[in-house]
Amino acid sequence: MKLHSRHLLGLDGMPKEDIQLILDTAISFKEVLERPIKKVPPLQGKTIANMFFESSTRTRLSFELAERRLSADVVSFTTVGSSVTKGETLKDTARNIEAMKIDMVVIRHSAPGAAHFLSRVVDANVLNAGDGSHEHPTQALLDMFTLRDRHGTLEGLKVCIVGDVTHSRVARSNIFGLKTMGAHVSVCGPATLIPREIEKLGVDVYHNLEDVIPNVDVLNVLRIQLERQERGLFPSLREYHRFFGVTQEKMARATRPITIMHPGPINRDVEISADLADSEHSVILQQVTNGVAVRMAVLYLLGTTN
Amino acid sequence: MKKTKLFDAAGLRRTVNRLAHEVVEKNKGVEDLAIVGIRTRGDYLARRLAQKIEEIEHKPVPVGSLDITLYRDDLHGKLEQPQLKSTEILFDVTGKILVLVDDVLFTGRTVRAALNALMDIGRPSSIQLLVLVDRGHRELPIKADFAGKNVPTSLRQQVQVLLEEADKEDGVYLLDAKVDAEEIEQKEKKQ
Repeated sequence: MKLHSRHLLGLDGMPKEDIQLILDTAISFKEVLERPIKKVPPLQGKTIANMFFESSTRTRLSFELAERRLSADVVSFTTVGSSVTKGETLKDTARNIEAMKIDMVVIRHSAPGAAHFLSRVVDANVLNAGDGSHEHPTQALLDMFTLRDRHGTLEGLKVCIVGDVTHSRVARSNIFGLKTMGAHVSVCGPATLIPREIEKLGVDVYHNLEDVIPNVDVLNVLRIQLERQERGLFPSLREYHRFFGVTQEKMARATRPITIMHPGPINRDVEISADLADSEHSVILQQVTNGVAVRMAVLYLLGTTN
Repeated sequence: MKKTKLFDAAGLRRTVNRLAHEVVEKNKGVEDLAIVGIRTRGDYLARRLAQKIEEIEHKPVPVGSLDITLYRDDLHGKLEQPQLKSTEILFDVTGKILVLVDDVLFTGRTVRAALNALMDIGRPSSIQLLVLVDRGHRELPIKADFAGKNVPTSLRQQVQVLLEEADKEDGVYLLDAKVDAEEIEQKEKKQ
């Protein structure tokens, strides 16, 4: 039992049994996280570098916690205060880190493909913590773990990803992973935020949230990236909220209990109403808890194979 | 491959019975007693033992199962990754007299891993070790408090424990496995 790859770069093309193995392994780590001492020794003596070339709070903290709870030694840096600002290339930064005998690298970068590139130039195991608008595999894995935990299986589950799909790596990784696991995936958002030809990935496309709600088990609500609002992709936040914000009012059309997910950070009363984010439908905080367990599973599986 | 029977189903049952009596005798009852089996076969044995003890003392004994994969000292050398299973100990181990159960005691490394794992879960007042078969060749200073049978073995041999719950039959066998002769020689020289 081991993963087919030495790296976790994305869920595109990852075999079903690998996803299954990660999700199953994460169950054991979830149990570890409920113990009084939340630390286990399998990565003792391994050194992991967290290279975050783009801002992140949740993901970086989650990875760091996961690493420390597996007893690895951890070094982290963010672009602020590192020599990246001095113009060093990604390759040189990576080489230098490797010269310090690092075993695993977790990388977040604004350029799609950064993790793939890194995996070709260093010997360490590379984990993609988000590369531009390409993939964010651990987020999708923790989403799938949370859904499987709540619904028992992913097979046949109807999941709709709502919001800015074009700029979302979370959406892409979720689509790849969920499709592999046999779920039905759809996307919903204004036409300006849904990439053309996304149907080719095997998803249904909707532009009206009220058509979607009666037919789904899960809404995965994406963050509206406020910084992109200036580009005029939708008229105003208020209008976005009126048409695509998930609210109690729209949820009244549901025919079954719907699970609401959000990768964070939430813009309350933009993509989701504040009361709904805190309601029993929401698994947003479970996602965060599960994120540590899922990342521990991936680190463990990659870090203990030769 | 030569295969010698050490226990048949009836023998196994009697041995578990005897071990249950020994545990109760040594601990003067089941006050604060709890049983933890090492996955996979130690776990099944632990459940059988707990049931027996309950029959003897008419009091339930808490049972848990322990997965030691994360505590193994050979995690990184292995070609095949061992499957991670869950630890399920649903009682507080702090203050308990724990009887740690495994099927075969060999190098002692599994027990070392189990002890570390237990210490991370809580602070038992004491831990006792119970094994079905002690086959010798310890590499660590570890000794069983209760042993079903002491079987002198050579490193060439293998002890195979079969249990209904996993193998559809009860029985313990001694196998003469073909192993790399040189490796054994080196190991024997060391001891």
